[in-house]
Amino acid sequence: MPNLEETYDVVVVGAGHAGCEAALAAARLGLNTIVFTISVDSIALMPCNPNIGGSSKGHLVREIDALGGEMGKNIDKTFIQSKMLNESKGPAVHSLRAQADKQEYTKEMRRTLENTEHLTIRQAEVTDLVVEDGKMRGVKTYSGAFYSCKAVVLATGTYLRARCIYGDVSNETGPNGLQAASYLTASLEKHGIEMYRFKTGTPARVDKRSIDFDKLEEQKGDERVVPFSFSTDPESVQKDQVSCWLTYTNEETHKVIRDNLSRSPLFSGVIEGTGPRYCPSIEDKVVKFADKDRHHVFIEPEGLYTNEMYLGGMSSSLPEDVQAAMYRTVRGLEKVRIVRNAYAIEYDCINPRQLKPTLEFQAIEGLYSGGQFNGSSGYEEAAAQGLIAGINAAQRILGKEQLILDRSQAYIGVLIDDLVTKENHEPYRMMTSRAEYRLLLRQDNADLRLSEIGHNIGLVTDAQYEKVIKKKQAIEEEIKRLNQTTVGANDAVQALLARYGSTPLKTGTTLAELIRRPELCYEMLAEIDKERKPVSSAVIEQVNINIKYEGYIKRQLKQVEQFKKLEGKKLSPEFDYDKVDNLRKEARQKLMLYKPLSIGQASRISGVSPADISVLLIYLEQLRREERR
Amino acid sequence: MERKETIAAVATAMVNSGIGIIRISGQEALDVIDRIFFSPSGKKLSHEPSHRIYYGFIKDEERVIDEVMVLVMRAPNTYTREDTVEIDCHGGAFLMQEILKVVLKNGARAAEPGEFTKRAFLNGRIDLAQAESVMDLIHAENEYARKNSVKQLNGELSKKITDLRKGILYQLAYIESALDDPEHISLDGYRDTLKEFIEEMGRKLERLIKESEDGRILTNGISTVILGKPNAGKSSLLNLLAGEERAIVTEMAGTTRDVLTEHVMLGELSLHIADTAGIRDTQDMVEKIGIKKAKEYAEKADLLIYVADSLVPLDENDREIIELIRDRRAIVLLNKMDMDGVVDEEELRDLTGKTVICISAREKTGITELESAIKELFDNGGAGSQEEACITNIRQRQAVMDAYKSILLVKDSIENQMPEDFYTIDLMDAYEELGYVTGETLEDDLIDEIFEKFCMGK
Repeated sequence: MPNLEETYDVVVVGAGHAGCEAALAAARLGLNTIVFTISVDSIALMPCNPNIGGSSKGHLVREIDALGGEMGKNIDKTFIQSKMLNESKGPAVHSLRAQADKQEYTKEMRRTLENTEHLTIRQAEVTDLVVEDGKMRGVKTYSGAFYSCKAVVLATGTYLRARCIYGDVSNETGPNGLQAASYLTASLEKHGIEMYRFKTGTPARVDKRSIDFDKLEEQKGDERVVPFSFSTDPESVQKDQVSCWLTYTNEETHKVIRDNLSRSPLFSGVIEGTGPRYCPSIEDKVVKFADKDRHHVFIEPEGLYTNEMYLGGMSSSLPEDVQAAMYRTVRGLEKVRIVRNAYAIEYDCINPRQLKPTLEFQAIEGLYSGGQFNGSSGYEEAAAQGLIAGINAAQRILGKEQLILDRSQAYIGVLIDDLVTKENHEPYRMMTSRAEYRLLLRQDNADLRLSEIGHNIGLVTDAQYEKVIKKKQAIEEEIKRLNQTTVGANDAVQALLARYGSTPLKTGTTLAELIRRPELCYEMLAEIDKERKPVSSAVIEQVNINIKYEGYIKRQLKQVEQFKKLEGKKLSPEFDYDKVDNLRKEARQKLMLYKPLSIGQASRISGVSPADISVLLIYLEQLRREERR
Repeated sequence: MERKETIAAVATAMVNSGIGIIRISGQEALDVIDRIFFSPSGKKLSHEPSHRIYYGFIKDEERVIDEVMVLVMRAPNTYTREDTVEIDCHGGAFLMQEILKVVLKNGARAAEPGEFTKRAFLNGRIDLAQAESVMDLIHAENEYARKNSVKQLNGELSKKITDLRKGILYQLAYIESALDDPEHISLDGYRDTLKEFIEEMGRKLERLIKESEDGRILTNGISTVILGKPNAGKSSLLNLLAGEERAIVTEMAGTTRDVLTEHVMLGELSLHIADTAGIRDTQDMVEKIGIKKAKEYAEKADLLIYVADSLVPLDENDREIIELIRDRRAIVLLNKMDMDGVVDEEELRDLTGKTVICISAREKTGITELESAIKELFDNGGAGSQEEACITNIRQRQAVMDAYKSILLVKDSIENQMPEDFYTIDLMDAYEELGYVTGETLEDDLIDEIFEKFCMGK
């Protein structure tokens, strides 16, 4: 029987946060791209928390934006509350988080996809990969249609053989009751791809009218909202915001949970997938932190269109009746009515060590993947990988260099390096602690770090890049000027210092020296800085940070230098580790499996010790010396 | 590759003693032993269980060389991680040579100095610090150097450093997890906890550095200047120290100026005595170039020995020297005690605040006391004591000093009330720098170091 046949450059499987970025990147780079989704109505769906950003994830969004991705712009258009987190801590851990109107977020992203040139949206389930001689040839859908292509990006999220569970109830569906993708796993396994089974979970959604808000702590948004995207006009995001609310679990809640642990599918063994350690269910938390008498519960609106509220911090897979009892022990939720139950979801994903740092499969040319399919968790982690996978799929077809960000360049680099290098047995979540050089990888300087790369690839417009260059220049010039401008110990200066409780000057000093004092900053010195010309607040932010933390930044740069030396010692993926006869067996097997591209990457593989690396270095050095002779 | 060859050497000292050991390591170690070892029951060791000892005879063809016990250890649980055989024989130097000859004739080649260790290192059995200590051991100049190397080889230094690193890692992990999960891990009051930790860490590192200084002095030899007014007996002291059958090496120091240095062994100690202005000449230094020149040398020395003349009352010269040795590591020798003197031992002790030893250079008395006094002076840090290994190697020492600097920076950050996430930068540096000592931190020039140490593939 004849089947439909079409030809594209790039096929993207899945239109979640990873799929959308991948499809947009490839299409924007001029490649004929098709994105498959099980339901067009679920494009860029947020099936769990109703927010974008947060600690370290906010960094990812800004990096995505600086490289020319869409997530930051989309949330700027659809947020209903925004907050800069961790402002009492150092600038490295400041992080932006915005509550989204979920429906608006989805609609806005769909609108963007629909209006992007070279991009086709198709509702269908991809069931087969067609691979010839280790090269990607195309995909087949459930109906038997064949789409030939040069590259594929897999971004199937939590849909592969998905199963939703609470108590002893189990449905073979994807999130939110959407249809699961049941066939692709078999095709992947047929092509030799090693699969994992992970699980994650989500809390209940409840009816706003059944919450007693008088008993909750209100959490408002920032007075002055900072947009995610560097290209969003800051004035355009100053608008009315809704509140989130904070309450706590208590001993009674914990008792209900403990009394019913045996009915949890996690503990009874019904769930086999591995869950995220850093995004635990409430029953996990009660068990793990047995000494804590309460846990935070964040009550967040799902959007302006609905009364549904999200109960952050209380995801669960306990039975329905236990859920109702458990939620009703929480202060302010005594009479709460559940709209959607909390549930755990199990799904197939891959062991990401099969990928190169470009997110292409080592074994199949032209096959890329991103997002939860790669064993990560979170919208932002997904979007970041989707963007890189989309860029690299396009670059490969265009015959251009693959993009690999290293750990000193971006959180995205840390994320991908961790995924493809480190043993990963649970959904991977981005965290500030994973970034070694985080003082350099701030959310405030993502544009300065990455716009050039985005521009070179072709995803950042000339105008936007021009803006970044100008900003960079303004920062440099202002820092230079402040280092050269001296002020004397005169009355005006002493009076200003006294006003801010700062020690008076004994002799003259530079303005930069004054900014370095913890109690002072650039803005405060305006009246004694006669030559100051108006500069933007974005420039002032950089000037303050760079002057105040100069010593730390320099030391971190030195660490990066050390890091780069080992990254610079390249290894070929074809290198035969069997030739290095002194390598321990475990190290040798790991190196063969992961095929690291540098000594630095090799040293991060779990199971490869510093001693193994010495052995390898010595072997390479002997080889080098022999060749020289 | 060359490393695959089977190597052999006499593992014990080449002197006549009760027992001697010949060690064979490599793929063919068992084949070699099968060719030369004959047990009464006729069993071949290559078929016998590992880590057992077997009785029998070493034969050179038909000639019995010795009655021996042979220890068979199969890879990987051996020093080199290769198949290893040890022959326990009777301890005559000639006999050991004979057995080694037979071993070499039957398939092994003579090991180069340090080669067992090189293999142990290359096969991941010991770390860089341990490997270095073996190389230091081979080149050890004196008893202190030797003892220290043995301790390092036992991994004592590595253990010490590893413990320090563990402490730092804990703090790092604590801060990081609090940043990631502020709801469950609180940083309230953490600053004070960390401050205490940092101060303690600072003290430990300071001590390591101090010990390493003493260790370096003891292992490399103590640079010494002898001071004293004319005719106090400086030259006779030097002659006495350098004389007898003790080793005398006269060499050009080759540093900033041409100064002759007498290398003198005093018991376990080695002294490099600067012959500043030819104090071995009858002419006197103080007379000849004056106290000013002496000061220059004295400033750089590890040890000052002040020789006082018990027959002549203390004068201006003595007072100047006493001033010079204040706050320095110095020992006072009251010479010519074989005659009735005028200078009182107690008086001199009060004046200098140093250990005063009565000697007679002519009668050769008081030298043993001098040796123990010097030992005490340099050894209280633990450098040469039995219990602890210390850092004597420049590379290791630099790493510990860098770690110390980083720890001081953390202290600054705490005092300046910086947010906690800033602490991790310098804590991480300290952690990594200490890792250089044990080789756990990968260093870019690590291979050069190794190639230099093991003279490989030149």
